[in-house]
Amino acid sequence: MEKLFQKISFSSATLVFIILLGIFITLFDAARPAINEFGLHFIVDPAWNKEVPITTPQADSIKKVSDSSEVVNPDDYSDDDGMIMEDEDDTPTKTIYGGLVPLVGTIFSTLIALAFAMPIAMGIAIFLAEIAPKNISSFVGGAIELLAAIPSIIFGMWGLYYFAPIVADLFGGFQVSLLTAGLVLGVMILPFMAAITRDSMNTTPDILKESAYALGATKFEVIKDVIFPYSKVGIIGSIILSLGRALGETMAVAFLIGSIFELPHKITDPTISIPVALANNFGEASGLGMSSLFYLALILFVMSFAVISFAKFFFLRKAD
Amino acid sequence: MKRLLINKIVLALSTISAVIGLAFLAWILVTLFVKGLSSFHFSLFVTDLINNGLRNLIIGQFILAGFASVIGIPLGMIAGIYIREYGRGRYANIIRNLSDIMMSAPSIVIGAFVYAIIVVPTGHTSGFAGSIALAIMMIPIVISTTDSMLSLVPKELREAGIALGASKYRVILDIVIKAAKVGIMTGILLAFARIVGETAPLLFTSQTSNYFSLDMTHAFPSLSVSIYDLASDVQTSSRDLAWAASFILTAMVLIINLTGKFITRNKK
Repeated sequence: MEKLFQKISFSSATLVFIILLGIFITLFDAARPAINEFGLHFIVDPAWNKEVPITTPQADSIKKVSDSSEVVNPDDYSDDDGMIMEDEDDTPTKTIYGGLVPLVGTIFSTLIALAFAMPIAMGIAIFLAEIAPKNISSFVGGAIELLAAIPSIIFGMWGLYYFAPIVADLFGGFQVSLLTAGLVLGVMILPFMAAITRDSMNTTPDILKESAYALGATKFEVIKDVIFPYSKVGIIGSIILSLGRALGETMAVAFLIGSIFELPHKITDPTISIPVALANNFGEASGLGMSSLFYLALILFVMSFAVISFAKFFFLRKAD
Repeated sequence: MKRLLINKIVLALSTISAVIGLAFLAWILVTLFVKGLSSFHFSLFVTDLINNGLRNLIIGQFILAGFASVIGIPLGMIAGIYIREYGRGRYANIIRNLSDIMMSAPSIVIGAFVYAIIVVPTGHTSGFAGSIALAIMMIPIVISTTDSMLSLVPKELREAGIALGASKYRVILDIVIKAAKVGIMTGILLAFARIVGETAPLLFTSQTSNYFSLDMTHAFPSLSVSIYDLASDVQTSSRDLAWAASFILTAMVLIINLTGKFITRNKK
C-alpha cells in the first residue's frame, strides 16, 4: 500500500510536467504546416488571410495541384469569393498568414495595461501595507481581492458599454481600440499586482522600519529608503507576473480591441491580439488558417512561459 | 518642511489610489446590479435559453465546473501531497515551479490544446472537452493550496504518527490531511470559484447550447460562453439577457469566493 500510494502521488505530480510538455508538443504539431510554410517570417508579416499571386516560374504546375491544401479552396473562404473569381483565369493565388498584427496588439495592450496599473497598484500596496490601520486595511484589501474574483467576461462587457465611451470622449478615436482594451486590462490586473506587491512589502522586518522612524524619517522616507530596497526584488517579480497574466487575457480584451487584422497607426485605433484572434477565428478556420492560429497559440504559450519562468527564477524564488 | 510636504503628497496619492481601486469595484458592481436586476426575472431560472431563459446555462455551467473538480481536485491534492510529503529535493521543486507556471498559462491556449487533443479526434465539441480544459486550469491551483496548507502542519504531528507505528501514507491520510482539512477545503472552494466563471477555455471545447442537456458527449450549455454570444448580439433583448446572465454569474462566483474567505477568517 505504502509503495502504491507513493507511486500514485508521484505520477500525479509528474502529470503537471506531462501536461505542459503535451501542450507544447500538441501546439507545435498542429502549427507545423504553418511553420513549414511561413517559417519565422510569420512574426514580421502583417498580412492575414490574404490572397497573393504565385509568381514562380512553375506557376502552372502549382496550379495543377491547386485542389490540395496550399492554394485556397473558394468554399472555405466565402468572404473572398469575388477576389478569387477575378484571379482564377490566369494567376494562381495562395493565401498567406502573418502574425505581426496580433503580436503587436498583444504587446502594446499589455504595455498600456502595465503603464496604467503600475502606479495605482503601487499606491494601493503602500496604502494597505503602511498607511491604513489594520481593520481598514483588511477591509480594503478584501474588496480589492473581490475585484480580482470577478470573471473576465464581465470586465469586457462593462468595459465596452460603460468604460470605453468615456475613454473615447477623453482621448478621441474609436470606442474599441488598443487604448480602451489596454486600460480595461489594466483594471483587471490591478488587484493581482497590488496584492503581491503588498505581500512583498509586508516581508520587511519591523525592526528596520522602526530604526528609520527612530532616526526621524518620515513615512515616505521609510517607504522609499527602507521598504522599497528591501522588497524591490519581490515587487519587480510581481510586475512581471502581472505582465504574464495580461499577455494571455482573452475575454476582457475580446470585447474591446476591435478584432480587425490591421496594424494600429495610433493608440486609439482598433486592432487584434493573439488570444482574441484565437477566440474569434477558431470556429471557422480550417487548413492553413487553422494551423496559423495554432502557430499564434504556440507563440503566446512560449511568451507567457518565458515571462513567468523569468519572474519565478530571478525574482520570486521560493525559500524551500 | 519640504520633507513633510513630500510625505503628505505621497501618502495622499496612495490613499487616492486605493479609492480608485474601490471606485472601479463599485462601478462594476453597481452596473451589474442596475443592468442585471432590470432584466432579471425569476422565470429565467425555469426556462431554457431557447425560450429566453437561463436555466440550462446555469445548470450546464455548474456541471462543467463540477466535473472538472471531480478530475482536478483528487489529482491536484495527491500531486500536492507528493510535493510536500514525499518529494525531497530537486524534482519536487521543479514540479512546484512548473505548477506555478501552469497556473498562469493563458486559458485560451489550454482551450486550443484541448481542442487539438479531444475535439479534433472526436470530430465535435463536447461537455467532456470543456470540463477537461477547466480541470487543467484547476489542477495547479489545488496543488498550490494543498502544498502550502500541508506546510503549516507541525512536524511533531507526523512524528507522533510515525512513532505509533503507522506507515507514512496512513500518517498523511489520517493525520496530516485531517489537520489541514479546513485550509485545503477553502482553497478548493476558491479554485472552484475561479473556474466556474471562466469563458476562454470553453469557447471551442464545450461551446454552448440553447437547449437543456445532460449529455456531456456533445456541445454543452455554458452560461459564460452564452454571455459572450448574447452580449455581441445586435438585438437589445439579447443584450439585456446577457446582463441578467452576467449578474447571476458574478453573484455565483462572488458568493462562493466570499464563503471561502469567511471560513478562513473564522478559523483564525
